[in-house]
Amino acid sequence: MRKSVESSTFRTFGWDGLIQILLIGNSIVMLAPIVIMVFSAFKTNAQIFQSPFSIPDFTNVKSILRVWNETDFLLYMGNSLIVTGASIALIIILGTMAAYAIARYEFRGSGLILLFFLAGLTLPLKLAIIPLFIQIRDFGLIDSRLSLIFIYVATGLPTTVFIMTGFIRSLPNELEDAARMDGANEARIMWSIMLPLVRPAMVIAAIQNVVPIWNDFFFPLIFIQNNNLKTLPQGLTTFMGEFGTDWGVLFSGLTLSALPIIILYIALSRQFINGMTAGAIK
Amino acid sequence: MISSQLTGRRLWIAALVVPPIAFMCLFLVYPILSAFAYAFYEWHGLARGDFVWFDNFHRVLFEFPFSERTINAFKHNIFVFFALMVLQNGLGFILAYCLWRELWGARFHRIAVFLPVVLSTVIVGLLWKLFYHPLFGAVNATLRAVGLGSLAQPWLGQDSTALTAIVVANAWHMVGFPTLVFLAGMQRIPSEILDAVRMETESEWVKMSKIVWPLVAPSATVVFTLLFVGAFNWFELPFIMGGVDGSPHGATDVLGLYFYRTAFGSMSASAENFGPGSALAVLIFLFIAVVSSVITIRLRKREIQL
Repeated sequence: MRKSVESSTFRTFGWDGLIQILLIGNSIVMLAPIVIMVFSAFKTNAQIFQSPFSIPDFTNVKSILRVWNETDFLLYMGNSLIVTGASIALIIILGTMAAYAIARYEFRGSGLILLFFLAGLTLPLKLAIIPLFIQIRDFGLIDSRLSLIFIYVATGLPTTVFIMTGFIRSLPNELEDAARMDGANEARIMWSIMLPLVRPAMVIAAIQNVVPIWNDFFFPLIFIQNNNLKTLPQGLTTFMGEFGTDWGVLFSGLTLSALPIIILYIALSRQFINGMTAGAIK
Repeated sequence: MISSQLTGRRLWIAALVVPPIAFMCLFLVYPILSAFAYAFYEWHGLARGDFVWFDNFHRVLFEFPFSERTINAFKHNIFVFFALMVLQNGLGFILAYCLWRELWGARFHRIAVFLPVVLSTVIVGLLWKLFYHPLFGAVNATLRAVGLGSLAQPWLGQDSTALTAIVVANAWHMVGFPTLVFLAGMQRIPSEILDAVRMETESEWVKMSKIVWPLVAPSATVVFTLLFVGAFNWFELPFIMGGVDGSPHGATDVLGLYFYRTAFGSMSASAENFGPGSALAVLIFLFIAVVSSVITIRLRKREIQL
């Protein structure tokens, strides 16, 4: 009896130890590339080639300053902020409007409208890039941030409406009914009573959209040629070509581009993980 | 009085739903519908010519040199799908199981495995391109450091390893996604079921294969379907790491790249060619739509409602 307890505790310990080793090994593989990237940003070419894994002298910010001063890094970053910010704002506003109407009012066709948005979840817009290109050109929006913003809004709306409708449906009716009794009109009920309650869902929807929009490379590749309008991922490929032999600068550029989203992720990891897997977990 | 209230309400609802629907129609639904129509026309640059029935489809599928490249790219997509199925979803399932045990440090490991997922594909591609550099890259440096210097090779420069090297970079980037979707599925298994299993058997293998795996079937459905769609839409990572021509020698060419080259032209190919490009897009779209529906329906059947 005693022996079997011992052997089973040993087995659990052995098994858990194995799992722990696997997890640690995996985390090393996940983090090492990022650590090497950040370390290399503080190294010269010779240091990168001779001792790629050593801890650098963090006061050597020459490469980082070169990226900051000699490239259009800040311009690209600004463009990404404008495009992402405007897209998210529009997605949240329009998504909330549609979800609110579908969830709070009974009207003919509301089910159909929800279905329409859900169908959009599965459409790969990349494959329609030829007609989209011609359409954007006809609108005169080639080389305009609006082209990106409009496309991101259209691709971001389905998941947003999906998440927000579910959330708004779950809100209780009492407050709304009481306000209606007091004679408040529908717009006022929505704005001052219901919307404050919807904020948590808005945060989830915003995070879910912010990562793919901030990181997108495909649509700027097609629609933006003017250097002054390039977004960060797109600009990054441009300047990797210009500084092709200076690895310290290349790693600095990658580090500076990755850092904002990494910091945001570490600060809000729970919200990021919930937001980005929200569409896949029912 | 009542009727004016009703029209007011109707107007209010319309004001809420019409703008979002308009955006969707204009920039999502209409372009996709037109993509189907475009494939049946002859194109002269950006100008539409005659209606040519299935000519574009015929060229893309059966005429040299289009057909050869289509088939070459398609084979690569199939390889990418199966390789990622193992490296990304398979590993993701194992990692999810490890995290699910909630050993000491699990929170840290969970944050670590998802960290690459938030990075841009461009950053991941450019970073791994530097790592794969034959002389100065971190991959070969690691091999030399652990005494496997003889395995060091130009990973992206030779036909035999280039596509696999990009697949590995993709798996590093995205493995956190299936991991956390599977983990969420496992965490939803009611503890009574797990307690009951513990009474019956001590075997971890029986528990995993007979209980956990069937119960996370909904997560598997989502993750498999998304991977399938992603593998046949694959564009950004091979574009960054292998270039628009799928170098070396088309070894990393996939349908997404080939479609882009055909549609918008490249250094090596001619100018834009919207007819065959549209036909390719329609074929890829139909292939993805049909196969992913079949996958979803078949996988749904084995899901168990708790």
